[in-house]
Amino acid sequence: MSEESKLGFSCPTPVATKDTVLLGHGSGGKLSADLIREVFLPAFQNPILARLDDQAIISVNGFRLAFTTDSFVVRPLFFPGGDIGSLAVHGTVNDLAMGGAQPLCLSAAFIIEEGLPMETLSQVVNSLHRAAENAGVQVVTGDTKVVEKGSGDGLFINTSGLGIVPDGLCLSADQARPGDRILLSGPLGEHGIAIMAVREGLEFDSPVRSDSAALHELVAAMVAAAPTGIRCMRDPTRGGLSSALNEIAAQSRVGMLLDEKAIEVREEVKGACELLGLDPLYVANEGKLVAIVAPEFAERVLAAMRSHPLGERAEVIGTVTESHPGVVAMRTLIGTTRIVDMLAGDQLPRIC
Amino acid sequence: MCLAVPGKILAIEEAEGNRVGRVEFGGITRPVQLDFVPEAVVGDYVVTHVGFAISRVDPEEAERTFHILHEMGLLESEGLSPDHQSEGHDKAA
Amino acid sequence: MKYLDEYRDERIARALVADLHRCVTRPWVLMEICGGQTHTLMRYGIDELVPKEITLVHGPGCPVCVTPLEIIDKAIRIASQPEVIFVSYGDMLRVPGSESDLLRVKAAGGDVRVVYSPMEALKIARANPQRQVVFFGIGFETTAPANAMAVWQARREGLRNFSMLASHVLVPPAIRLLLRSPQNRVQGFIAPGHVCTVMGYREYEELAREFRVPFVVGGFEPIDLLEAISMLVAQLEEGRAEVENQYVRSVSQEGNLPAQAIMREVFEICDRKWRGVGLIPESGLRLRPDFAAYDAEKVFDVAACSAEEPAECISAQVLQGLRKPIDCPAFGRRCTPESPLGAPMVSAEGACAAYYLYRRLALVS
Repeated sequence: MSEESKLGFSCPTPVATKDTVLLGHGSGGKLSADLIREVFLPAFQNPILARLDDQAIISVNGFRLAFTTDSFVVRPLFFPGGDIGSLAVHGTVNDLAMGGAQPLCLSAAFIIEEGLPMETLSQVVNSLHRAAENAGVQVVTGDTKVVEKGSGDGLFINTSGLGIVPDGLCLSADQARPGDRILLSGPLGEHGIAIMAVREGLEFDSPVRSDSAALHELVAAMVAAAPTGIRCMRDPTRGGLSSALNEIAAQSRVGMLLDEKAIEVREEVKGACELLGLDPLYVANEGKLVAIVAPEFAERVLAAMRSHPLGERAEVIGTVTESHPGVVAMRTLIGTTRIVDMLAGDQLPRIC
Repeated sequence: MCLAVPGKILAIEEAEGNRVGRVEFGGITRPVQLDFVPEAVVGDYVVTHVGFAISRVDPEEAERTFHILHEMGLLESEGLSPDHQSEGHDKAA
Repeated sequence: MKYLDEYRDERIARALVADLHRCVTRPWVLMEICGGQTHTLMRYGIDELVPKEITLVHGPGCPVCVTPLEIIDKAIRIASQPEVIFVSYGDMLRVPGSESDLLRVKAAGGDVRVVYSPMEALKIARANPQRQVVFFGIGFETTAPANAMAVWQARREGLRNFSMLASHVLVPPAIRLLLRSPQNRVQGFIAPGHVCTVMGYREYEELAREFRVPFVVGGFEPIDLLEAISMLVAQLEEGRAEVENQYVRSVSQEGNLPAQAIMREVFEICDRKWRGVGLIPESGLRLRPDFAAYDAEKVFDVAACSAEEPAECISAQVLQGLRKPIDCPAFGRRCTPESPLGAPMVSAEGACAAYYLYRRLALVS
């Protein structure tokens, strides 16, 4: 009897069932992309949706309107650096801003689980109002639904936003060209780590605050600096920088080469990532943007970013390449190259 | 296998027979069980796995061995060592 | 971060690589056992840096990947019971059993929670006295003392609603199995630094003597691994077969004695099936009879289910270092981290998943 047969070498059966929706389908990674491609796109197919940008751009009587919607299901409702109310404003304003649009107004819909303390609701509503006021937008319409205890997780919020895109500006994820520079507005991973720090089971004390912020003014400053130089922008929320760049690389059919040394991660975020075995490239941000900029405008856009408080730590983190289209690669700290793939689902803390 | 990270002990508490340290990992802190490193004191670095310190980092040994590596690196960057242009660098596509 | 950042230095990496190029004269096959080391090798592309004479193959050192299907199926059954809070390290949630995984149990309403430390599982048990809290205790020797401590502490506190589904594995018996195989081609091993932090490296000295094969206990940062490879190649070139310790800042010959003591008090050695490999005698740890009240397999009447693993992929050869993940026809096509066919694609530490995550550039360009 050979050693091989004695060991009974064999292999596990695949679990290929795709019959249930998993949390990973909402993680912004590959499972989310699958869901969009296999369920939503075939149903709603139209050229505006097919752009798959953070916002739809619709032409109405010579005006180009940006329209977007986003739902917020964050737990806990209050976290260091923000809460579900401010997040609901920032998220939607940023989705508009990534298309270069100036936000005009928002809707807000509240899905409330019965039993939620009125005080909690008021705090969230006040925070949402303040965030909207600070961003210079008004909540002009809304909706409320209350669901039975157990059918929701305290409070969900949906916001939709309407914005207007300046003449001549056309940002879309299919515009990246080889040679373009990749600009990141600041250090990665603060929102994701701030949330994780207050989750049950992972408790650690962290000074990390969510970076949640409205980015439309930063975007306006960048657009003013180089109206024709910016190809596209993304805010790297769920799925992190990796998802944002992989989407652009795929849509534009280009490759990307990042420089790990240029990507800033604050020491606290890095500490949490090392401890939990997470990669900051996949951790969520709520107040950062990544921009693809034509090489001749990169310096000018970078300067504009750095002169805005939300972009003062902006860096050029890489270049768009002709080679390996659809693949994001990175030069590592020790000078080798590795792939930055999109994650299948949520990043889970690991022990090994 | 076995993700373990070095962190610095900021404080130690004895509670119900357990020794628990507040250990800092790059600016965040969390409680770490020190039951397996009775010799560790405040200021020491401990290698931590699933919330338990599994060793105290030996600072002299770490310094000594790293010093040798560091010297190698300096020589290399000054081009003093032969075979300076090794293969395999900058394989960026 | 101290003791991490300085071991990711490009200049030192270059120096070590240059040194390796000077030192190596003929082909050598080296294996790292530990999935954490595989992860670093792939993430930093170290296999691209080393001279082409050196072939790095990857061992079965990912406890998540090798946890047998039967245990995962048991975990899934236990976690599906309404009175249970099932607590696990994050790694195990995505690992497929024969029909489902823990994420799907959660999706179907099971109370499945992720913790960083087994002590947090105890905390959950204290806070939920009316529920049964079951902790999924998996891992190599590195994790066993922490899991043992949780059980020990539960008994001391008299916690009645805490139990552990334990499935620990031990590294040396797996290495012995590899070395005994007539097909073995591994000539030197990087021994797992964190396992040795707990256990010391005497067991590896026995293996080195018995099989005349060199070991270097290695750390987990790129500089650690390059240095360990250098030390291993030097031994091979000089015809030595000793155990050397690269990871001196954490590892001693004796290991961590208090950790070993609690491990021995709570666990006993048993035969264990490794997913993708098969049964390895005396390669596992289970709870001692004294702790039967905390043994989830005894607390819950989950019948022994024997799940068959049909031979479809080459993971067995990959786990033995006989073939590389990219030699597999299913790699990256039918077998991806989203729908893994074999154990090494299951966890990010598995050799196939590490290749898939970090290395596809070599394949796509």
